[in-house]
Amino acid sequence: MTNNWVDISNSDLVFVMGGNPAENHPCGFKWAIKAREKRGAKIICIDPRFNRTAAVADIFAQIRPGSDIALLGGLINYVLQNEKYQKEYVKIHTTAPFIVREDFGFKDGLFTGYDPKTKSYDKTTWDYEFDPATGYPKMDPTLKHPRCVLNILKKHYSRYTPEVVSKITGIPKEKFLQIAEGVAKCGAPNKNMTILYALGWTHHSYGTQLIRTACILQLLLGNIGVAGGGINALRGHSNVQGMTDLAGQNKNLPTYIKPPKPEEQTLQQHLKNRTPRKLHPTSMNYWANYPKFFISFLKCMWGEHARPENDFAYDYLYKPEGGYNSWDKFIDDMYKGKIEGMVTVALNFVNNTPNAKKTVRALKNLKWMVVMDPFMIETAQFWKAEGVNPSDIKTEVLVLPTATFLEKEGSMTNSARWIKWKYKAIDPPGEAKDEFWIFGRFFMKLKELYEKEGGAFPEPILHLTWPYQNPYYPTAEEILTEINGYYTRDVDGHKKGERVKLFTALRDDGSTACGGWLYSGVYPPEGNLAKRTDLHDPLGLGTYPNYAWNWPANRRVLYNRASADAKGRPWDPERPLLRWDPEKGRWVGDTPDTAATAPPEKEIGAFIMLPEGRGRLFAAKSYATFKDGPLPEHYEPYESPVENVLHPKVPHNPVAKVYKSDIDLLGTPDKFPYVATTYRLTEHYHFWTKHIYGTSHLAPVMFIEIPEELAKEKGIQNGDMVRVSTARASIKAIALVTKRIKPLQVAGKTVYTVGIPIHWGFEGLVKGAIANFITPNVWDPNSRTPEFKGFLANIEKVRA
Amino acid sequence: MSTLTTGGTVGLGVRRLSATKEPDTSIKSYPELAILVDISACIGCKACEAACQQWHDLTPPIMTPEEVVRRKIAGYQSHPDLRPDLFMLMRFNEVETSKGFAWLITKYQCMHCREPGCLIACPAPGAVIQYQNGVVDFDHSKCIGCKMCLVGCPFDVPRYDTNNKPWKCNFCIDRVEAGLEPACVKTCPTNCLTFGLKEDMVEKGKKIVEGLKKRGYENATLYDPPGVNGTGYIYVLPHGDHVKDYNLPENPSVDASIGLWKGPLKTIGSIALWGALIGAFLQLILWGPIKVLGGKEEKREEG
Repeated sequence: MTNNWVDISNSDLVFVMGGNPAENHPCGFKWAIKAREKRGAKIICIDPRFNRTAAVADIFAQIRPGSDIALLGGLINYVLQNEKYQKEYVKIHTTAPFIVREDFGFKDGLFTGYDPKTKSYDKTTWDYEFDPATGYPKMDPTLKHPRCVLNILKKHYSRYTPEVVSKITGIPKEKFLQIAEGVAKCGAPNKNMTILYALGWTHHSYGTQLIRTACILQLLLGNIGVAGGGINALRGHSNVQGMTDLAGQNKNLPTYIKPPKPEEQTLQQHLKNRTPRKLHPTSMNYWANYPKFFISFLKCMWGEHARPENDFAYDYLYKPEGGYNSWDKFIDDMYKGKIEGMVTVALNFVNNTPNAKKTVRALKNLKWMVVMDPFMIETAQFWKAEGVNPSDIKTEVLVLPTATFLEKEGSMTNSARWIKWKYKAIDPPGEAKDEFWIFGRFFMKLKELYEKEGGAFPEPILHLTWPYQNPYYPTAEEILTEINGYYTRDVDGHKKGERVKLFTALRDDGSTACGGWLYSGVYPPEGNLAKRTDLHDPLGLGTYPNYAWNWPANRRVLYNRASADAKGRPWDPERPLLRWDPEKGRWVGDTPDTAATAPPEKEIGAFIMLPEGRGRLFAAKSYATFKDGPLPEHYEPYESPVENVLHPKVPHNPVAKVYKSDIDLLGTPDKFPYVATTYRLTEHYHFWTKHIYGTSHLAPVMFIEIPEELAKEKGIQNGDMVRVSTARASIKAIALVTKRIKPLQVAGKTVYTVGIPIHWGFEGLVKGAIANFITPNVWDPNSRTPEFKGFLANIEKVRA
Repeated sequence: MSTLTTGGTVGLGVRRLSATKEPDTSIKSYPELAILVDISACIGCKACEAACQQWHDLTPPIMTPEEVVRRKIAGYQSHPDLRPDLFMLMRFNEVETSKGFAWLITKYQCMHCREPGCLIACPAPGAVIQYQNGVVDFDHSKCIGCKMCLVGCPFDVPRYDTNNKPWKCNFCIDRVEAGLEPACVKTCPTNCLTFGLKEDMVEKGKKIVEGLKKRGYENATLYDPPGVNGTGYIYVLPHGDHVKDYNLPENPSVDASIGLWKGPLKTIGSIALWGALIGAFLQLILWGPIKVLGGKEEKREEG
């Protein structure tokens, strides 16, 4: 989230798409209801099904799964063509005036630089035109230059007319225009729209680009950085934000520090590659501090063994080809027998992964597997899965029962980046232990073995800093100390071991250690700020500066400098998130997302993390771009019932990661004519709640939602058992025949959508099919997120 | 009888009891309570359902796929119906309205009628209680298991356990008595449930209805049916022209025949009953037993 949960109530328009907050975030959704009470806000809900959010929305539009970029592109086009964007904001706070290289282009679904052999782009042309005199990109503040970013956008999205949008999405043109009108009104400086999204946007082979599209729209409308605005990812688990921040997924190092690449053999090479240079003379370019964060991280890892002479133990970090493993690659490697053993924590591989049939067969190739979970999950019992013979499986499975969130102390980071402390309520039952206990022993045993037996490269383990009072049982606050950062020696009046106040104290000389710079400040010398519960609200905007702690720097709304104009006056005086106080000589309001005492005349860019200092409308190669293009483009899901209206020859994201082992199959509409999508229900918490009576009985039976018209065509009655099959597998469940999914007219074709809730499996109090046995093994090239939303299926009644 | 020791509800004023002369109502200071259900803000998350079961320690059996297939009841509803061990249910209904398609989600439980059909119909003295605050409750120690309360209920509510004792929402009277809100209200994440004085709830409900009308729901209405003299649960219905589709009766009232219970019919009924018994006895003595020919007949007792 750029903003926060409470801030949704400051909105004029709650735009819900790619998420179903009433269903999946009912407690957070109250702020949308509040916005309606407080500000007369409208709620727009766009979803493949008339869902629980739609039940209380003002406008609902049913969209075909996988056509979201077309709709958002259409909104961008509408806003640009009708000049509804917030002009002043766009001029000073976005990269609209930057000029793009002449040789950049887009044709027939491909950006310049595509190599069909490697299925990847040479991104050289995706960049600005630089002024050789200054070394900075050229700009045209009048926005007249045909190649300024704004005009590039205009041209790119001019194809997304209301007619085309309707043809791709299935949303009637009139409905689209009704939505567009409501959205475009929020281009006024005193009208703000918030966008709420979740996995309905990320679960595509172009999920990252989809969210980019929404960012572009919000930047054009001047809705980023303002109260009641922003682009707000609703995270599914109470602490999944914390998991992402601290690199639980292993794609980054903690708090988005980039893992080194094989070609970065020395620390200097890595720092040079990763420290961006300014692209605008007045930008703050905060990532210029990268060396401080990176070296402090190395110091946190290897303490006294990380010294300037040995590049701060940079060599201890592994630098694999193709980046750190993401789970898609991991499963594929397992399937190919390249992996011997696995420790899995807080993840139910069998239920979670696409084409789970492959996952089950991949687990079979392991010699051993350790599963840590509070429940006996399917992964630990994968030999019971359909289609495998237990007697063929030699994998030794060790199950370590763990404590649930209530049975251990620690912090949780919510969607709004609030780090909140959680106290232990009760002891875990039986022999279950918390992860501190398990990992403490795990590490100490590993170390012991390395000490005894040596090994190929024992130093990273033997030299690892393990500063806990009881090395076999670290405490949560000891770990928080490391994450927050501390001084490693007496320096400038600070004592060795003293916790740093904020990441601004971090140094690149080895005098500070910090496990995750973005979290630095949560545990300053005065105490653990995650424990705060003060509900003081000085701005009346629900910023609660003394409640828990908000990364970064206790900032409640990111990019809040953009909520004010060039002179530092709030765009909307009613919602003054931040303003320049000339008398005090500082910015007042939320923790300023700019230099606190730099007057507006200094024109420090509002987007301090970006080298342009401005919100990026075009993802230029200078600094960072995406694997699939500098601008979002509509591609069809890898399994689509229709051709790509915009460019039939390049229907799909050309650089998506598609696995092609013997078991990774893709279907075609002739055999699998219906569009299927997966989702969760409010009664469930992922795959957990089926182990608990109190929640199991609220929605116990697995169903498949089928449009009434399709049911009639197929002779299916509500309550019939049906089989849903895809190119990969088939599952059985009970038909829920509904009016809430209507047939759509897409590119002159009637398209039916069927809905498949995930939750069930073969373990727990209630049992049902594992939906992910039928989902495709296709992944977003940037985020490595699977395409769960929008694949092809067939459906038939199971005759008794 | 003492109004302070009824059914373990010490401290609650009783307004009236079933089959009993009106108790003393000289204490007038009890406020009337209500829960406002704002359906325009209800997302059907069933948190109220879960909270209700937790507070009342209810463990209804989990619905099985076999049952759903057999009864063809696939849907979002968690159980086929209310049960003696399930006091409330969320019900879901898909409807085409003048405002387009709507998914109507309604909280279903005892409505705590101010003119409670169950209480009026009950022949067992003190088995149904209405407190001064309007809440309707059962005292199982006095219940005779005749099921008349269901007959009297215009909302089809109480359900019977194997001992024929009726069960339903009791407005968490134990919580209310202790100054807490009912469990469902406490847990509602969108605040679509509000608990308070009836007059305040009516006022709040009217305001929401006004707002809905401004938002284009010109048929929006506040459901507080006069036929039962108002209810303890009142509903904001955005589609006021679809009361039935919310699974609510349009004009609920207590059946007049049940209303006569305490009046002349009771005397007539007693005479008729004794007459019938005497007649039957005489018949048995004079002519012997009658042979039953047909099947059984549904009977609605009135006396």
